[in-house]
Amino acid sequence: MLTISQALYEKIVAHARADHPDEACGMVAGPAGSGRPERFIPMLNAARSPTFYEFDSMDLLKLYRELDDRDEEPVIIYHSHTATEAYPSRTDISYANEPGAHYVLVSTADTDGAGPFEFRSFRILDGEVTEEEVRVVEAY
Amino acid sequence: MAIEVRIPTILRTYTDGQKTVEGSGATLDALFKDLESRHPGIRERLVDDSGELRRFVNVYLNDEDVRFLGGIATELGDGDSVTILPAVAGGMR
Repeated sequence: MLTISQALYEKIVAHARADHPDEACGMVAGPAGSGRPERFIPMLNAARSPTFYEFDSMDLLKLYRELDDRDEEPVIIYHSHTATEAYPSRTDISYANEPGAHYVLVSTADTDGAGPFEFRSFRILDGEVTEEEVRVVEAY
Repeated sequence: MAIEVRIPTILRTYTDGQKTVEGSGATLDALFKDLESRHPGIRERLVDDSGELRRFVNVYLNDEDVRFLGGIATELGDGDSVTILPAVAGGMR
C-alpha cells in the first residue's frame, strides 16, 4: 500500500496537468529505510514527448548524489500517461529499475473533460506488476 | 590502477549488497571486464551483445556522462570515479 499526503498527491497531479500533452515525470524522496514519501522532486522530461519520458542524464546524476548526501531513497517514481490509462506499459516495466519504489502513474487522458483523475500505484519487480492501494492522508 | 565504481541498488545483487566497489582498467570496457571477473553477471547488465553500452544504462566518469566522452572506450585513470545509474524512463507503449 502507498500512503501519501494530500499535499504531495496534489503536487503530482498538478505537475501532470501542467505538462499535458507531454508526459510529466518526477520523484518523491524520503528518509532511507522509512518508505515515507516526503520531498517532492519534479523532473524535466528530457524526451519532451507525449509518449515517452526519461530523466535527463545529468539531472539524474545530480539527483542520486543528492539522495546519497541526504540519506534519502526514491520512495515514489511518478509519470503521466497522456492518452492511455494509468497502468504500466511494456516500456515502463522493462525500464523499472528501482525495486524498492512505488511506481505512481497518473492519467491525464481525460484532462479536458475534468473527469476524475486516474492516480494509481504499482510495484514493479523483475518484470512483474502488482497494483497496490493508495491511501491519501492529511499528514503522517 | 584503482577506480571507484558506484553501484545502483538494482545491481547490488552482484556485489553482495555493496554500494561501492573497486576495479581497474585503462578503459571503461576493461573496467567492466575486470568487474565481471569478481562479480559475474554484472557486465551483461551494462553492455549489449555488440559490446556497446546499453541504451538505458547511464555511466558517468567523475561528473560526465561517458556518452559525451568515448562511450565504452572512454579512457580511465587512477583515482577516477565511475557511477552507474539505470535511466529512469518509460512511456505509454
